[in-house]
Amino acid sequence: MTLLLQVQGVTKRFGGLQALTQVTFDLPAGEIFGLIGPNGAGKTTLFNTINGVYHPEEGRIVFQGKDVTKMKPYYLAKMGMARTHQIVRPLNELTVRENVMVGACFGHENQHLASAAKIADEVLDFVKLSSRADQLAGSLNVAQKKRLEMARALASHPRLLLLDEVLAGLNPSEIDGMIQMILDIRTQGVTIIMIEHLMKAVMNVSDRILVLDYGEQIAEGNPKEIASDPKVIEAYLGDPKLAERLMEDD
Amino acid sequence: MQQLNLLLASLPDGILLGFVYGVAAMGLTLIWGVMNVINLSHGPIISLGMFGAYIVFIKMGINPYLGLLIIAPLGLLLGVLIYVVAVHRVINAPHLSSLLATFSVNMIIIGLGTAAFTTSPYNVDFNMGSVTLGSTTLLGTRLIAALAAIIATGSLYLFLYRTRPGKYIRAVANNRAAAELMGIPSSRILALSFGLGTMLAAISGALIATFFPFSILSGGGYELKSFVIGVLGGLGNPIGALVGGLALGALEAIVPAFMETSWVPVIEFGLFILALLVRPNGLFGAKE
Amino acid sequence: MRNWQKYIGIIIPLLVVAGLMLYPTVTGKAAARETAFTILKAIALASSLNILLGYTGYVSFGHIVFFGFGGYVGFYLLSSQGASLWIAILAGGLSSGILAFLLGKAILRLRGAYFALATIGVNEAMKAFINNFDLFGGPTGITLNFKTYLAYGGASKALEMAFFIVGGLACLAIIMSYVIRTSKFGLGLLAIRENEDAAEVMGVIAPDAKTWAYVLSAIIPGMIGVLFFFKNGNVEPHDAFPLHASIELLVMVMLGGQGTVLGPILGAFAYQGMRGYLVTSDFFKDIQLSVSGALLLIIVLFIPAGAVGWLRKRSELLRRVLA
Repeated sequence: MTLLLQVQGVTKRFGGLQALTQVTFDLPAGEIFGLIGPNGAGKTTLFNTINGVYHPEEGRIVFQGKDVTKMKPYYLAKMGMARTHQIVRPLNELTVRENVMVGACFGHENQHLASAAKIADEVLDFVKLSSRADQLAGSLNVAQKKRLEMARALASHPRLLLLDEVLAGLNPSEIDGMIQMILDIRTQGVTIIMIEHLMKAVMNVSDRILVLDYGEQIAEGNPKEIASDPKVIEAYLGDPKLAERLMEDD
Repeated sequence: MQQLNLLLASLPDGILLGFVYGVAAMGLTLIWGVMNVINLSHGPIISLGMFGAYIVFIKMGINPYLGLLIIAPLGLLLGVLIYVVAVHRVINAPHLSSLLATFSVNMIIIGLGTAAFTTSPYNVDFNMGSVTLGSTTLLGTRLIAALAAIIATGSLYLFLYRTRPGKYIRAVANNRAAAELMGIPSSRILALSFGLGTMLAAISGALIATFFPFSILSGGGYELKSFVIGVLGGLGNPIGALVGGLALGALEAIVPAFMETSWVPVIEFGLFILALLVRPNGLFGAKE
Repeated sequence: MRNWQKYIGIIIPLLVVAGLMLYPTVTGKAAARETAFTILKAIALASSLNILLGYTGYVSFGHIVFFGFGGYVGFYLLSSQGASLWIAILAGGLSSGILAFLLGKAILRLRGAYFALATIGVNEAMKAFINNFDLFGGPTGITLNFKTYLAYGGASKALEMAFFIVGGLACLAIIMSYVIRTSKFGLGLLAIRENEDAAEVMGVIAPDAKTWAYVLSAIIPGMIGVLFFFKNGNVEPHDAFPLHASIELLVMVMLGGQGTVLGPILGAFAYQGMRGYLVTSDFFKDIQLSVSGALLLIIVLFIPAGAVGWLRKRSELLRRVLA
């Protein structure tokens, strides 16, 4: 078992606010790793710290055996880390194909334009956006923009894929499609960390789950262990409905 | 010793001038703080303030300081008009749009101003005597201008902190979307803020006209100074603008004691770039 | 057919330049050559600015600093060091490129209006510095010895040569603009323009890409500067760093359509044409600046994408054809 990513005692502060406290976990290649927690728990901050948008005050991040704690996002992208954003960031005035080509050209694979265009068409086919390839990205609806985010990340042929709430705002049939897509991506050998609010989805898809609450790591384990962990249930008690759902899904 | 004497003679003068610079910069920085627009019509409006003083005093024979009571409301109205016509539509567009929109207003004013007044220099010969303190002579016009600048700053602060529209302006500057949710009519507040910024520019122009000759193009130089001051003091921070104005006034008085006057702009703009790079929010602390 | 369509984005702009270069020869008037020179110079400068403004999305309000600085360096070599015009032009381009590289490392960290302000500051600081720089003649500048023109077959021959060089530089600017627009490097710039943070996450090394875009947009203005001052026979700080000329360039790019190859060319054409008309018209002569300003305002408010951008939005065919 090789470790693709190691997060060791990562602490991140914004002024007086402690956003992450001593977060530690190992991620073996090939896993789907779920990241859950109430709103404001620091999940997206952890993503931003892993992919170099923020640099942690304490701790280390090791990616593919290399210390990447102080690295910029573009170097991490080139090493094979790709991500989607919770709030989509389409390149509005470029076409859908061009958006995806950016991922292929500048990410892990470092393709030329011509081969990037080919990869883009394949990936767009995979996320079912082929028919929109020549439209401007700004003209897509939210669900399509989410798939575009996914396509851009996939086009770089990443080793590690960070998915930030790709299911939020989708209808049930779109959710099923997206989950199938995530499982397909894993079979292609991509390791995935996903932030998700939909408990059922995370529980079903993840091999292991980490729970954050107020920036602290309160539990880590397989879905079964998480669902029965009293600390997790307590953390979600502020939102009884969520706790209920957590139990139901087990 | 000679340098020290020179300094003693010129420094108070520079600081008095700095108050007026501060008022001009305050107009620029108020608009930036409230709506994130850099007003490139700032310079020509300063020029219009100068010609306002000229018309009021030379043509109508009114004391120029009393004339401020006419020039200020006209400046306010002009600003509201500029906002409604040129700025409102691009308030949420990328920066280039608002920069070019206000620059087109700049061109329109300069064009009409050139047709009306040509580009040759004018003069408001207004003498208020002078006060001598030791080796220093202070011109009356400058003393009164500094006083007027202080009054303008004080009134602005009273307005922003003590009146309802003023509080609205601060709310909109802080978070426009939230202010709108609270029922503040943000469009009208933005127009008012632009008007106030323009009014301050016009007042500073009128004050400058009482001691320097000017043309329709003169405002451009003061616009650049306002940029420098705004950045030194922190864009969006009116008190920072006043402090920055004083600093610039002092700098302009100190530098010539040590090197040729023509080096002043090199130092000013060098400082400007440095401030942008090191402390983009201003040397004296500022909003966010 | 496909191939032909693929290259039409560069063919049309080059045809425009070719037409402009032939126009004075056909009409045989000296005034026509003067007009064509001004338009070609504007095309070269606006196309260069477009690399930074249109592709990368950074608004430079002081781009003329490269015209002035490169122009000064080249003109100094030409007049005081006996360099040939060719060497001087190359030196002008090179020195502007180096200046852009150094500046870029510092000020391209600033975003939005802060960058725009910094570029104004750079231009004014440079103007003020040159004003004090004795090697470049300080406030009086440098005047070319009339004898220098003899090496090029006399003044009138030299002017004719300058005209063809400016045409060549305009072509070079257009080709550069087109190659960047259709390259991988250009795709990275467009990504930065649309969302710099998202571009970085996708692997675009934004600080480097922006710096090179700045350098590439500075080289031709430096060369044009040398040529322009060679043609005029002298250079002064006031002529070398006019802030309003910077803004006129922005207007041209905006008018034609930022981010397109053809846009700045049409914009330069339209702006210079309009200005030429207004300045000579009896009716508008006195208020030509106001009329220009009003037109600019209308464009900014109602057609912010510029003429070419507007056309591209209308149809997919035009989007493919108009690069």
